Amino acid sequence: MTAPALLSLKNITKLFGGIRALADVSFDVAPGQIVGVIGPNGAGKTSMFNVITGAYKADSGHVMLAGEDVTNQPPHRIARAGISRTFQNIRLFGGMTVWEHLLVSQPHSESLMRRVLPTRWADPTALQRAEEVLAFFGLEEMKDRNARSLPYGLQRRVEMARAVTARPKLLLLDEPVAGMNHDEAEDIRKLILRLRDDGLSVLLIEHDMAFVMNLCDYLHVVDFGAMIAHGRPEEVRADPVVLEAYLGRAA
Amino acid sequence: MLLQQLVNGLTLGAVYTLIALSFSLVMGILGVLNLAIAELFMLGAYFGFTAILAQLPLPVALVAAMLGSALVAIVIQKIAYEPLRDAPIVTPMLSTLGFSIILQNVATNVWGSDPLQLTDEVLPGRLTLGSVSISTMQLLVMGATVALVAILAFVVQKTPAGRALRAVAENRDVARLLGVSAARVTLLAFVLSGVMAGAAGVLIGMHYAVITPYMGVDIGLKAIAVMVIGGTTRIWGALVAGPLIGIAEVMTVAYGGSQVRDFVVYGLMILILLLRPQGILGGSRSEQGQRV
Repeated sequence: MTAPALLSLKNITKLFGGIRALADVSFDVAPGQIVGVIGPNGAGKTSMFNVITGAYKADSGHVMLAGEDVTNQPPHRIARAGISRTFQNIRLFGGMTVWEHLLVSQPHSESLMRRVLPTRWADPTALQRAEEVLAFFGLEEMKDRNARSLPYGLQRRVEMARAVTARPKLLLLDEPVAGMNHDEAEDIRKLILRLRDDGLSVLLIEHDMAFVMNLCDYLHVVDFGAMIAHGRPEEVRADPVVLEAYLGRAA
Repeated sequence: MLLQQLVNGLTLGAVYTLIALSFSLVMGILGVLNLAIAELFMLGAYFGFTAILAQLPLPVALVAAMLGSALVAIVIQKIAYEPLRDAPIVTPMLSTLGFSIILQNVATNVWGSDPLQLTDEVLPGRLTLGSVSISTMQLLVMGATVALVAILAFVVQKTPAGRALRAVAENRDVARLLGVSAARVTLLAFVLSGVMAGAAGVLIGMHYAVITPYMGVDIGLKAIAVMVIGGTTRIWGALVAGPLIGIAEVMTVAYGGSQVRDFVVYGLMILILLLRPQGILGGSRSEQGQRV
């Protein structure tokens, strides 16, 4: 790859006891790219996200973000460095409105003294940012609703909006359209494309193959914690190794 | 007579509320029972006493006690909690118990073990409304409590720090992935809880209690009962349980005799634990399940 990578995984290995959840995983995400990670359940996809975001410590290897080594940094540092994520099983905060979700992911000011002031004084840009993202995701009318009381599809949107409000350089989406019908998935696809047009890079895990093939610029296939194939969607679709990983297991 | 008891009960309940809030701030956010809060309360009383003896005005004494207790809370966080954060939950509780006893010892050495008491001259005056007589000091206790609770509620609900606090309470891992520094939030929780305990100490010291190095033990335990009755997972449960227990205690003493006072408070706590372990304000139990 000629352009400097935004995210670069270099020989990441993650062990759980004797089991290798990730075995020598390396790949890059270029700025403005939408990259998909696919593979059978339990292949290590979510572990990969957890290592990238600092939730798990890698046993070896490096995670580079825009040339900066963020390997095994505390999660909040990595988040502030420019990586935010959503979750396979939605993890919204109980008792918080949609609006509050968009403010909580903007922890800019380090000063404790400032942060106990009303948001209007402590961090006026946060309010502006939250308004923008609210409009972008079409959530204006849900602003003051308790986020957990919303229908499933909207909860997914709120979670994505919460991640985007943090102004990441790289957005990690863990099964963004799981449990959605075709129309809903199409809406999410358009949102992701618009986010990319705004300069965001996206790394996503998804089982919905039609969705992945239609959206991603590049795909990586994981099985048993190792990268078994990669390429453009049409290349990966035709790759016999990939077919075996999926179909061979099912047969 | 009944109204008079209600006023007395509310005054006592106000102090319980502050200490219970202090406990539940740390409990709700970190899931840890910081037993040294009882001693932050005791130190608050001594700090206030010292400041008043030094002829400082009452509001200054109040603020000094709150800041003093908050500083001690920071020390407790750094030494007794932070290094043991990943240990089983009972470990930091034991280390805060150790801190409790050390702080009692420190207080004994600094202020002596003889009970200290402020005279009524600090803030004389009574207000008589029909059959009810309220001392200016009682008004101060209740007014200061309402103001402090309002400020705390505002900080928790409406500020960036408060949202971070709630996010960590709800799901520490997710909050961190959103850029919230859990270490800072922990520190803030200890500071706020120190402020509340310190305020409670100075208020009760000015109101009626004799100040001793061991005054925190009895009232601290009672505040834990208040927290349990209100609901350990809901910070604001103390707002209901504090006045309730204060009134129940005063009424019991007035109509049943002081020998059954603690029977009522702790009996109520056990009853709540048996019948409604999530507390008066706690949500349904199914809501508390693991969300990961």
